[in-house]
Amino acid sequence: MSARSVFVDTPFASSPMKFIEDYKLDAHPNKVNLAGREYLAEHGQTTWLPLIRKIKQQIATDPTLIPEYTPVFGIPEFSRRATELALGTDSPAILQSRVFGVQTVGCTGAVRLGAELLRTWFCSGSSWSGSVFLSSPCDESLAEIFKSTGFEHVRYYRYWDAKSSGVFMDGLLHDLENAPDHSVVLLFASGHSPTGADLSQEEWKRVAEVMMKRNLFPFILIPAQGLCSGSLEQDAWAVRHCVSLGLEVLCAQSFSHNFGLYGERVGHLLCVLRQNLLAVQSQAERLVQTLWSCPSVDGARVVATVLSNPAHLAEWQEGLKAMAVRCMLIRERLHERLRLLASPGCWGNIIKPGGLYCCIGLNGD
Amino acid sequence: MSIFGEVPLAAPVAVFKLTADFREDQSPNKVNLGVGAYRTDECQPWVLPVVKKVEKIIVEDHSLNHEYLPILGLPEFRSSASKIALGADSPAISENRVGAVQCLGGTGALKIGAEFLRRWYNGIDNTKTPVYVSAPTWENHNAVFSNAGFEDIRPYKYWDGEKRGLDLAGLLDDLESAPEHSIFVLHACAHNPTGTDPTQDQWKQIADIMKRKNLFAFFDSAYQGFASGNLDQDAWAIRYFVSHGFELFCAQSFSKNFGLYNERVGNLTVVAKDQDKLNHVLSQMEKIVRITWSNPPSQGARLVAITLNSPELFAEWKDNVKTMADRVLLMRAQLKEKLKSLGTPGTWEHITEQIGMFSFTGLNPKQVEYMIKEKHIFLMASGRINMCGLTSKNIDYVAESIHETVTRIQ
Repeated sequence: MSARSVFVDTPFASSPMKFIEDYKLDAHPNKVNLAGREYLAEHGQTTWLPLIRKIKQQIATDPTLIPEYTPVFGIPEFSRRATELALGTDSPAILQSRVFGVQTVGCTGAVRLGAELLRTWFCSGSSWSGSVFLSSPCDESLAEIFKSTGFEHVRYYRYWDAKSSGVFMDGLLHDLENAPDHSVVLLFASGHSPTGADLSQEEWKRVAEVMMKRNLFPFILIPAQGLCSGSLEQDAWAVRHCVSLGLEVLCAQSFSHNFGLYGERVGHLLCVLRQNLLAVQSQAERLVQTLWSCPSVDGARVVATVLSNPAHLAEWQEGLKAMAVRCMLIRERLHERLRLLASPGCWGNIIKPGGLYCCIGLNGD
Repeated sequence: MSIFGEVPLAAPVAVFKLTADFREDQSPNKVNLGVGAYRTDECQPWVLPVVKKVEKIIVEDHSLNHEYLPILGLPEFRSSASKIALGADSPAISENRVGAVQCLGGTGALKIGAEFLRRWYNGIDNTKTPVYVSAPTWENHNAVFSNAGFEDIRPYKYWDGEKRGLDLAGLLDDLESAPEHSIFVLHACAHNPTGTDPTQDQWKQIADIMKRKNLFAFFDSAYQGFASGNLDQDAWAIRYFVSHGFELFCAQSFSKNFGLYNERVGNLTVVAKDQDKLNHVLSQMEKIVRITWSNPPSQGARLVAITLNSPELFAEWKDNVKTMADRVLLMRAQLKEKLKSLGTPGTWEHITEQIGMFSFTGLNPKQVEYMIKEKHIFLMASGRINMCGLTSKNIDYVAESIHETVTRIQ
């Protein structure tokens, strides 16, 4: 065997999570980590609602649960409830059997699967431009997912306006109006990352109108349903609106934040189609097999247990509201402190949106 | 009009369809020999006693945080899992040139390895590097490598249907004629679907050629401990390659040997020439993981890590694994005995010569069809059976049915 390594040409890539390491190494007593992704309770750690802990214990000691491969699409009950959570139980799309759902490995898994499905099958046979539009700014990994899946044109629509610390609607609408036919557009129903700035219902109506007119395909993310506004319905309203207009939609849901199930990787990809459901479903199944074969059960079992039991559901919603209110309280306090300190700049955007994230407008220095 | 309007229906995956057909079959005598999981003598799935114990430990540990795992996974899982494959005293480990990525089962490990190799092996983004998979092989190998972007996936000779064993000459021939730097997917032990493994001598011959031709070894290790009942024995081939200076990947699955099928516990072990190269590789794999599943699920990995890192639990686990392996060996021995005593035409030595969960019976598609339709015994069209589907209660029926099938249908 040659003494030369076959990996000799592999370059080193710096870790996207380096700041976590840096934070851990920092010995300063007053250090604060504002770059994390998780919801942290008052004690600074991730936490479970008492309900979640109780259900986890029940599941761990349940003798009827068998060790077997999950179906490729995951636990059917989980998928059913996740679908209803996003679309509403009385959604016409569900009643018309135009929906299928896939339990995925977190929201990333859902976006990855959706991207692969679109790349492989979108307008198959036609000369599709392979364009996807992401907000500016957006998480780097989202762009990377689409690029590596083979989308030829990863582009950005204007979204965050640093001057007004809000959404630049005119820019957004203009960019969508001028997007190539059949472009995929990635949008957040609520809880936009990284800015925390969400569209109002009126703004969504205008966006949906443009998408209808220009034949654009909405790929909508719901990263923290219930945690942003405190209302499950409100945080998913955008998806329901698009579906009510007859649009085909892909929707990637995460249950990391609203269930505190970060390590469990509970995600869901929802596909709302006009026709040909079984064929698309079969192709999605093939794709899942090349990614992870089938998903892990733990987290999905917890979510399914909660969502299919009215008492659990109510208790969970109460807990969610409390978390959402705490986020809003912290926003208000931060805003108040900055105002009292007479910090230069406008800090109104801190209290405007809901959810976990906020773009505070500090520059790189 | 739908943007997905022209999408064709994909053919169902054979093994899933088989299970679905089995479920619908109404015969009281039906037997499922197509299932890909362990079953007890009562034909039930088995939660390993050590797993039950550790699950309890985990759920009662209130100090565990619930954050995302690191992208590459739980460190104590990765290192202990690699030790299982390479041996705790592996010089490669003490030389700090072994690393790992926690993945979603064996499939996930193959996926990350394949994606890395396509991007960085044998040139940058070289999709034309030939990838060789055994003929036959696990049906998903092809799809994983193909979806990772490889354009040239070829079979290497493996199963000799006539003599019902390894086609060594054909295998060595394909190794010799493979283009330099080709990737070979090797089954570490308990070959799926044939159950036929190379002997140690044969592995040495394989390694010889691969070394000379600079071929890349990508081991798939889904049955360590499950094949012979002995972890070290089942890892002999991997360790031989490592001790002879190979850089390699090993996709490990803990689905079968821990019974953690639905927890998706896998590990991609990477052996590089030195620590520097290793770090480069892992850093690129981190980028790949970030856009696939971001970070892996914690439960299964935690369970395996706790087990492997505790001497008592580790011993108990090895015992549990041996229980499963021994039952399979017993069924093999008994099936062969019964076929011989029935005077079933043909040779049946391969039933006990083969190893692991699966056996290539040698039944042809017509005979398989007879078994399914007339005898309600479900097996793959290839003639593959899962020994775990056999029990003390159904083994007579199965043996008699094979006898009947082989005598009636040629």
